[in-house]
Amino acid sequence: MSDIDTSPSLSASLVSIQSAIEPYLPLGRSGLLPALHAAQKINGWISEPVAAEIAKSLHIPLADVHGVIEFYTLFYNEPVGKRFIRVCTDQACALKDADGLLNHLCSHHGIKVGETTPDGRVTIEASPCLGLCEQAPAVWTMDGGRWTVGDGSSESDRPQSMVYGQMRLLTANCGSGTTSLAQYGEYIALKKARQMKPEEVINEVKSSGLVGRGGAAFPTGIKWEGTSKASGSPKYVVCNADESEPGTFKDRVLLLDDPHRVIEGMAIAAYAIGASKGIIYVRGEYPYVLPALENALSEARQAGYLNEDFDIEIRLGAGAYICGEETALFESIEGKRGFPRVKPPFPTTFGVFGKPTVINNVETLCDVPLIISKGSAEYRKIGTEKSPGSKLFCVSGDVTQPGVYEVPFGVTLRDLLDMAGGVANQKKMQAVLFGGAAGAFATPAHLDVKLTFEDLRAAGLPLGSGVVMVFDERRDLRDSLARLGHFFAHESCGKCYPCQMGTQRQMEILNRIASGKMQAGDLECLQDVGWTMMDASLCGLGQTAASAVLSAVKLWPELFKDEGGRMKDEGQVGSKKKNEKRKTKNVKAEVKSVKRKTQVVKKKSVKRKTQSVKRKTSTVKTKAKKAKPKAVKKAVRVKSGKTVVKKKSSRKTASKR
Amino acid sequence: MADSVSLTIDGQPVSVEPGTTLLNAAQQIGVDIPTICWHQATTSNALCRICVVEVEGQRLLQPACIVKAAQDMKVQTRSERVLRARRTILEMLASTMDLSEAPAILTMMKEYGASAGRFPEAERRESEIKDDNPMYIRDYSKCLLCWRCVQVCADDAQYVNAINFNGRGFETQIGTFFDKSIPETTCVLCGQCVGVCPTGALKPKREYLLEQGISPAEISVMNTGRRKRNRKE
Repeated sequence: MSDIDTSPSLSASLVSIQSAIEPYLPLGRSGLLPALHAAQKINGWISEPVAAEIAKSLHIPLADVHGVIEFYTLFYNEPVGKRFIRVCTDQACALKDADGLLNHLCSHHGIKVGETTPDGRVTIEASPCLGLCEQAPAVWTMDGGRWTVGDGSSESDRPQSMVYGQMRLLTANCGSGTTSLAQYGEYIALKKARQMKPEEVINEVKSSGLVGRGGAAFPTGIKWEGTSKASGSPKYVVCNADESEPGTFKDRVLLLDDPHRVIEGMAIAAYAIGASKGIIYVRGEYPYVLPALENALSEARQAGYLNEDFDIEIRLGAGAYICGEETALFESIEGKRGFPRVKPPFPTTFGVFGKPTVINNVETLCDVPLIISKGSAEYRKIGTEKSPGSKLFCVSGDVTQPGVYEVPFGVTLRDLLDMAGGVANQKKMQAVLFGGAAGAFATPAHLDVKLTFEDLRAAGLPLGSGVVMVFDERRDLRDSLARLGHFFAHESCGKCYPCQMGTQRQMEILNRIASGKMQAGDLECLQDVGWTMMDASLCGLGQTAASAVLSAVKLWPELFKDEGGRMKDEGQVGSKKKNEKRKTKNVKAEVKSVKRKTQVVKKKSVKRKTQSVKRKTSTVKTKAKKAKPKAVKKAVRVKSGKTVVKKKSSRKTASKR
Repeated sequence: MADSVSLTIDGQPVSVEPGTTLLNAAQQIGVDIPTICWHQATTSNALCRICVVEVEGQRLLQPACIVKAAQDMKVQTRSERVLRARRTILEMLASTMDLSEAPAILTMMKEYGASAGRFPEAERRESEIKDDNPMYIRDYSKCLLCWRCVQVCADDAQYVNAINFNGRGFETQIGTFFDKSIPETTCVLCGQCVGVCPTGALKPKREYLLEQGISPAEISVMNTGRRKRNRKE
């Protein structure tokens, strides 16, 4: 590393880095993400000498540190603006003109998406779902370690919680700021649990019929039992708060408004399985949750609920949807790229750090104190026989009153939408994206389906993480599908081939469909890719990356025909708007092709964005691009020795259409 | 535990030792299951998914390289779903990278009726040749991300950890710390990565130069010259 700058200013800044990362040194490799966060807070990005310092201090190979920075979209290894503005452009926000807001912000600052102003003050990026769908269009701004969230018109240091519904059990303390321990009261359920035998606690959870609320619906009691019986020490309780499913925001509300319920749930789990360590893994896009959570943890420690027998630490993610997958989340805690592991072994026997681990979603853990204090028999009186309890639904999109809705299992989709004031602006409902990006589409024909696991399964709809995203009659579902495609291509970890390449090909085809440039065979390719991802991918991300798309193919085959088949749309309000929209996109794309004069943040997400827009762009640019790689390659061959051109830009330039 | 487990593969009964993978079990009765990322010297990651098979009672296709044979298992290695998955994976590979020096995969494509032009206008992963050290060149246009090089560079063999991944998803590429040239990394030029590369993405420098039409004599001069220069420094 002879060329590392050792000027006095650099050494000075390295000293501040050293002290910033010091608390994480005892964690070893597992301290990598916390150390990178701490270092990035100082300069806004992680330079080569800083990364080298972190590698040295934590005894991690340099290449591994770089690999980790490269994996997570919220880590930057090139300079970014002091003020970093991210605008969510996923489906729910797109319905509220996120594109318009993004363009407005860009023109206000005189830059394009993904660029930094020449004075280094502002960077603007398009972001995947920020978990603020009920306050769309969502904007998240970081400014020297401080953050604000808002919808472009108002900003605040914590998002509003909009909580409604037929009952307020899980959400009893939600909706009016963070609930302190004094307001929450004693951990009655934990006290009760500690008077029971651990296996009695597990049996109580088993007989409650509680299943995981994160999307996979695995029986919680069975998970606990498996971990309790597994050999290995210490055992862990991990709270999966990496809520990143587009359209999902319930865990954000629970963590921010009622952290003690989550902590109590974890403490009960720990007692039941004999765990001594707890970890809450919060998604990187929710930094505003940390102060509330840290404060609640210290309150719980002071009250003796957390002690040397069981304590909880917080880990912050750094922008990776895949880390919501339990084994990828473990890898991330261990300071690695968030690659999912092959299963088996399952977390119950081989979880975080290879130890027996219970990993539960935030909402699942919030159910636990309720079950223990009420007793499972009483708990089962809520909901239906096969789907006991209450459920939080994240209602967003074209509804009058978006927000988190707590309802007992068994109400219908119609009931739920009525509670939310129905479709906004007296429009008719066209579709509902159900369960999340990895879910499926529902139509008005599904309105009377009861929201229970059994009824939804029969209707072919996954409950997922409780997403109900409404699209009114004017909406162009092809645009929404293209955004879905973009999301999965952006979030695929790249480990297994079906998902790594399948999400890319799916995005390309969906882009063509959205822009009316379908090719012969596109539908067959789309289905083959979708089925292959579903059948053969390594983890849940790939297995569900085509789920919503394939459901749309079934429901609306006419969407997947070329222009001839689209005549149906003519005369509808949507088609005109759609064409206009397409036009704007093309204009946008052309403007974009002139870019790169100013600084470009070459991180992954930006690349994706520019890329997808690029695809819609004029041929002139393509030609120009095609010409370049050849020239470069030639130069490379002649001049052996120094060929390493800037990786990301080179890959970008080299890729032809 | 029983001394052996009995199962059927494509209807053929076979008994194997407990712990045997489906891949090995199939080999024992002459049933060929294709592999790409699998290598006997590296930890199996089951990431290429070309070896997937259908196991009765399982919702998803199972990777034969890591799934263990179990008593009374019924395995189909060439069902419709299996063939579709293999063909589509091969077609996506062909639309993504340069397979010209991966004859085994080209043969597989023929066998599964995979069409190289299935995905029109598909973005390809292209990259300049990185020629930055005296021992090997890196041509990531040919890389299919089997991970073997990263594995042998780390815990599977050499423990030098000179290389890792850049980017993620489709844009993943093997890379070094801040894209340093190989001599600036912890690489010891052991050549293990070159040895396990299945596609010619990593290639001995000498082989590469010979392919460029440079004669052995010229190569020798190049090498000697370089070595002398290095000694003076």
